[in-house]
Amino acid sequence: QHQTHHIESLFLSQSSNSFLVPKLMAGIKVFGNATSPSTRRVLLALHEKNLDFELVNIDLKDGEHKKEPFLSRNPFGKVPAFEDGDLKLFESRAITQYIAHRYESQGTNLLPADSKNPAHYAIMAIGMEVEAHQFDPVASKLVWEQVIKNFVGLTTDQAIVAEEEAKLAKVLDVYEARLKEFKYLAGETFTLTDLHHIPVVQYLLGTPTKKLFTERPRVNEWVAEVTKRPASQKILK
Amino acid sequence: MEDQKMKLHCGFIFSNWTAMFGLHEKSLDFELVFVDWVAGEARTKTFLSNLNPFGQVPVLEDGDLKLFESKAITRYLAEQYKDVGTDLLPNDAKERAIVSMWMEIDTNQFLPLASTLIRELVTKPYQGLATDFTSVQENKEKLSEVLNIYEARLGESCYLAGESFTLADLHHLPPIHYMLKMEEEGVKDLIYSRPNVTAWVEKMQSRPAWLKTVIKGDHIFELMKQHRMPMQLDSPCQEMTGLAQKTAMVTENT
Repeated sequence: QHQTHHIESLFLSQSSNSFLVPKLMAGIKVFGNATSPSTRRVLLALHEKNLDFELVNIDLKDGEHKKEPFLSRNPFGKVPAFEDGDLKLFESRAITQYIAHRYESQGTNLLPADSKNPAHYAIMAIGMEVEAHQFDPVASKLVWEQVIKNFVGLTTDQAIVAEEEAKLAKVLDVYEARLKEFKYLAGETFTLTDLHHIPVVQYLLGTPTKKLFTERPRVNEWVAEVTKRPASQKILK
Repeated sequence: MEDQKMKLHCGFIFSNWTAMFGLHEKSLDFELVFVDWVAGEARTKTFLSNLNPFGQVPVLEDGDLKLFESKAITRYLAEQYKDVGTDLLPNDAKERAIVSMWMEIDTNQFLPLASTLIRELVTKPYQGLATDFTSVQENKEKLSEVLNIYEARLGESCYLAGESFTLADLHHLPPIHYMLKMEEEGVKDLIYSRPNVTAWVEKMQSRPAWLKTVIKGDHIFELMKQHRMPMQLDSPCQEMTGLAQKTAMVTENT
């Protein structure tokens, strides 16, 4: 099952230097934490689209996401929340889909080349569901055990790491086969499906779990491709 | 465009009902192919290479297109067959974003809890495995908190994403249907103690497409209970043939 609030709640707050200068014309605001994978998912989409936005820091260490006024933005108490003019949303993968559609003609296209074709869109949609159901629960547990716990001085449980790595290996075997046929997970172009993986992949690259990527040539190439994108670099700062 | 009929590879799990529900809302004809995943039928080489490399049902075949993941399937049906049957997705980008958001809430907040209850209280007993009642209690408590948010939301609008029934609502009904069948104390109450949630569920349960789904779904469940004792996994082929024949009879008659 998902580690729900755990990962989010232990990321450090950002200093105020990391705020972007608010632009009066910018209707886009992200309420989140720049170190959190789900916030990063949204930031990636915004950077890919070269969109102006304001990042309003939510201090996870202080539990700001579990109190008002944040709870009015997301009653489930999770970052990020999002605003574009009068539209208010939460859930990172709903936000990225909105950005990809609403700003389709701007910046990188995050939808399939023939996005109006429901069959093509469905292939990307499958990949997004696979990321959410097969990849993320396992990969997030590995980040929790090996990154978060270390960060707050708890001991990694290697038995859990071994168990979760075995599950992730099976998922990545399917990805390896897929990426032998296509350059990216949903086809020949970079889409939301690939983007949604990036924040957690980046954290795993700093752990021994990285070997699961390097052992699989096509997965390894794909990881290198998606993490070297300028937007992927921007979210690490 | 006279395609052959769509095929839905379907088994004993509520996400299959979701796919059937979507097909019925769209008044689409389909052939139901029963997959006994509990007996390992979704892990055969054929299934993994032809249908779903993750070894899960449901899988929808529409001509050459093969789709898995129930939310990808229903979204495809909503868009490909937009002009047929119920309109399940709004056109406007902002309205659609709200539908997507409630589908994500289903995936991330509601379903992990509801599906654990279903696994512990329905699937595991069926497989002859022991229920973890600590897990059941934990998930009931968390689900209660989540449903408080749904109760507030459904006080603001008839359906989750606004005044019309959409994919966001559709996806919730099958797991709720299973929850309402549970004998375990307090599970039904999670729904019935909340008037807005109850009204929403009852509205959806009276939809003709849902009534058709329940008939098929319940019949499959009954067939499975009759034909497979949890410990009897010796001759899956014979059982599968028997079940497949019965299932074909069901789909022809409904």
